[in-house]
Amino acid sequence: MYSLFVLLTILIFSASPATAGSYGTDELKDLYYGEALYHAFQGDWFDAIARLDTELAQHHGLDEPERDTLYYHIGQAEFAVGDFELAYRMHQRAGRAIGAVIEGNVEEEVRNEAIYRLASIYFQKNQPLNAQYAIERIEGTVPPAIRNDLEFLRAQILMTNGHYDEAVGILQDLQDVKSLEGFTTYNLGIAFIREGKELVGREWLDRTGLIVSKDQLTLAVKDKSNLVLGMKLLEENKFENAKQVLDRVRLSGPFSNRALLGSGWADASQGHFERAIVPWSILAQREVTDASVQEALLAAPYAFGKMAMHSRAAVMYNSALENFGIELDKLDDSIRSIREGYFLKALIREELKQDANWVVKLRELPQTPETYYLLELMAGHDFQESLKNYLDLEQLRRNLETWEADLDAFEEIIARRRIYYQPLLPVIDKKFRELDSQMRLRLEQRDRIAQRMKNMLVVPRPDYLATSEERLFSEQIRFLEQRVSGGESVIPVNIAYRIKRLQGVLSWNIHTEYDLRFTETYRHLQDLDQEVELLKKQYTAFVRTRQAATQSYEGYDNTIRLQRYRIRDAQGKVKKLMARQGHMLETMAINELSRRRDRLAEFQIKARFAMADSYDRATRTPARERETQ
Amino acid sequence: MPKAGPGGDGIMKFWKVGLGNCLKKECKEAIMLCRLSGVILGITIIVFCLPAYGEEISREQIKGLDEQVQEIKTDVLAIATELNQLEEKLLYPSNTQIALFIGLADGETFRLDSVEIELDGKTVAHHIYTFKELEALQKGGVQRIYSGNVMAGAHDLQVNVMGKSAGGTDFQNTERFKVNKDVGPKIVDISLAARGINLKDM
Repeated sequence: MYSLFVLLTILIFSASPATAGSYGTDELKDLYYGEALYHAFQGDWFDAIARLDTELAQHHGLDEPERDTLYYHIGQAEFAVGDFELAYRMHQRAGRAIGAVIEGNVEEEVRNEAIYRLASIYFQKNQPLNAQYAIERIEGTVPPAIRNDLEFLRAQILMTNGHYDEAVGILQDLQDVKSLEGFTTYNLGIAFIREGKELVGREWLDRTGLIVSKDQLTLAVKDKSNLVLGMKLLEENKFENAKQVLDRVRLSGPFSNRALLGSGWADASQGHFERAIVPWSILAQREVTDASVQEALLAAPYAFGKMAMHSRAAVMYNSALENFGIELDKLDDSIRSIREGYFLKALIREELKQDANWVVKLRELPQTPETYYLLELMAGHDFQESLKNYLDLEQLRRNLETWEADLDAFEEIIARRRIYYQPLLPVIDKKFRELDSQMRLRLEQRDRIAQRMKNMLVVPRPDYLATSEERLFSEQIRFLEQRVSGGESVIPVNIAYRIKRLQGVLSWNIHTEYDLRFTETYRHLQDLDQEVELLKKQYTAFVRTRQAATQSYEGYDNTIRLQRYRIRDAQGKVKKLMARQGHMLETMAINELSRRRDRLAEFQIKARFAMADSYDRATRTPARERETQ
Repeated sequence: MPKAGPGGDGIMKFWKVGLGNCLKKECKEAIMLCRLSGVILGITIIVFCLPAYGEEISREQIKGLDEQVQEIKTDVLAIATELNQLEEKLLYPSNTQIALFIGLADGETFRLDSVEIELDGKTVAHHIYTFKELEALQKGGVQRIYSGNVMAGAHDLQVNVMGKSAGGTDFQNTERFKVNKDVGPKIVDISLAARGINLKDM
């Protein structure tokens, strides 16, 4: 019982769902990492791990991971994936992932938090020595958010390893921590008792049982403390003290039924049957599937019998018999129903997943007798873990089924793309090749011009910047000159003069406007560069689109075939494991229900015998009965 | 280790205590009590002599199966990772990919009821938030509300938010943005606050 309580405490304090602070969401740079956290904060561990695994795989596959946005969160992401795996009860993988963080180059606080998680895993998996070795590796700064929880875990590990005195020291330092209120004092009580200091331990349990708080967890541990102490006192026949302690337990808490039963026995054991009637009567009105309630159904008429109210006792025994009969039928139905496979079907009903209180709701499902006694079964850690595994396997089965259908859809998409693109692409490629050669030619021209201008900065060449008109004129003048001097005759002076003048005008214009023309040409080159840039973008976009067109239907066959094979293989394994896990759950449930059935059958015999006896006494002592009434 | 309480064997124990006390008190009841004690003794013997119920399940069996479940989880997660990558490559190639994410601005306490997204005049996403989802957003999680494909260039994006302010009044806020799609994947961070909507191209 203590182990179960310790486990609950760990679940509450150590493996609680992800919190924002732990994963560095203050400045989110990678939105896909944020998406993984979004799933994690909702407890959708599978989706959270799958998303984060995808991101980490992509990140580690990059040539320059430092340019990836996940780079800013990589430490937290590596840590978070281990944490999510722990929450998804993949302890082996979580241990490895967290171990890798510890060994990696991470900040001291991240490393210490990772060790804390690792120690929690070991402790949960009932490996307290490994937990202790792990927690002893913590050194330096511990994140403030886990400081108290870490010390509390340390104390629990020490207790489990038998180092009660050390645990006491730590727990005493933590007793004023509000978030651990009740838990520290309760554990102090247990530690002292285990150390052999029974009286001191009981004082701490008593102190825990008197805590005033509105926190539900604190109130639960307060009740638990009172129940433990009360039962100890009851075992030692200290009935008056036991009664006082047990009466402190809330009437509505998870421990109330056992406390009410114990309180009644504390009274009855002192001969105060009229007082014992009060808690037992309350209890007898409660959910009849509860073991304490069933016991109270028998205990209450027993008390009336002791008060010589035999007829009343007989009536109550009769009522108990009826109830036991109904419950026995219910248990028989439950066992039969489980054997017919309805229990597992009820567990995976969709409507239950919408309700956080689904385990309790199970009992209220119409026409599902197999689930009536589940609440009691759920108290068992092994059953809980097996049930969670079964539900996880069901989720995996559904995922695999969906993915198989997705692969069919992918194949259809690919086939359609192939039909669409294959005839188009050769025509597009031909046109593209023509445009591509033209483009290359123009780019070469542009580069030549740019190079020439660069050279002109050193050696000016005004002739390079002559306009086409000027070049034409120059050619015409040269042509005229050749024509006139075609023969051996001397060129007339006036014509030679005019030719020289025209050449002079041309040369004048070209040389005097050189700077202006150079600047203008440079501007034109800049404009050209902008156009070239645009062209290059379009070119790149086209190449990408062209590649995307091919990639949209080429190269998937092997991947899809492999994935389909892996999915089918996993489906086979999941099916087999579900059958085995389901059988285990059914066996656990049937074993538990059979035990409950035998116990109830025993109560039934007892009630039948006691009822007969009460009737007998009622008829023999009517006068006394009337007097009492 | 402290015991839980009466539990399964509780009635036997306390029944006997009760009977023991009573035996001392009233002789008249002696015969009845002896009978009861006899029955109890008989039942106790029966209980202790009862054979095991069907097959018992050992810790090793539970542990072994649990380890196999962990292994299959690892296998299925590996498939999920590869399928995620395949899906992204096949359905949302980077040259046309656009992904819209919804987050809450730091410290926002307003109750977000729904978000509707229009891209180039077409409604591409409409989401109504559960309490769990809202809580996840408030803790810093980010929801990918839409993944799709668009051509390179400018696109109209309209975000319509409905909710309740911290004061309890209903509000509706619609804002329009321009989103420029380049050759690479387009990731848009839409940050919601009670006073407005912020958009960040990433």
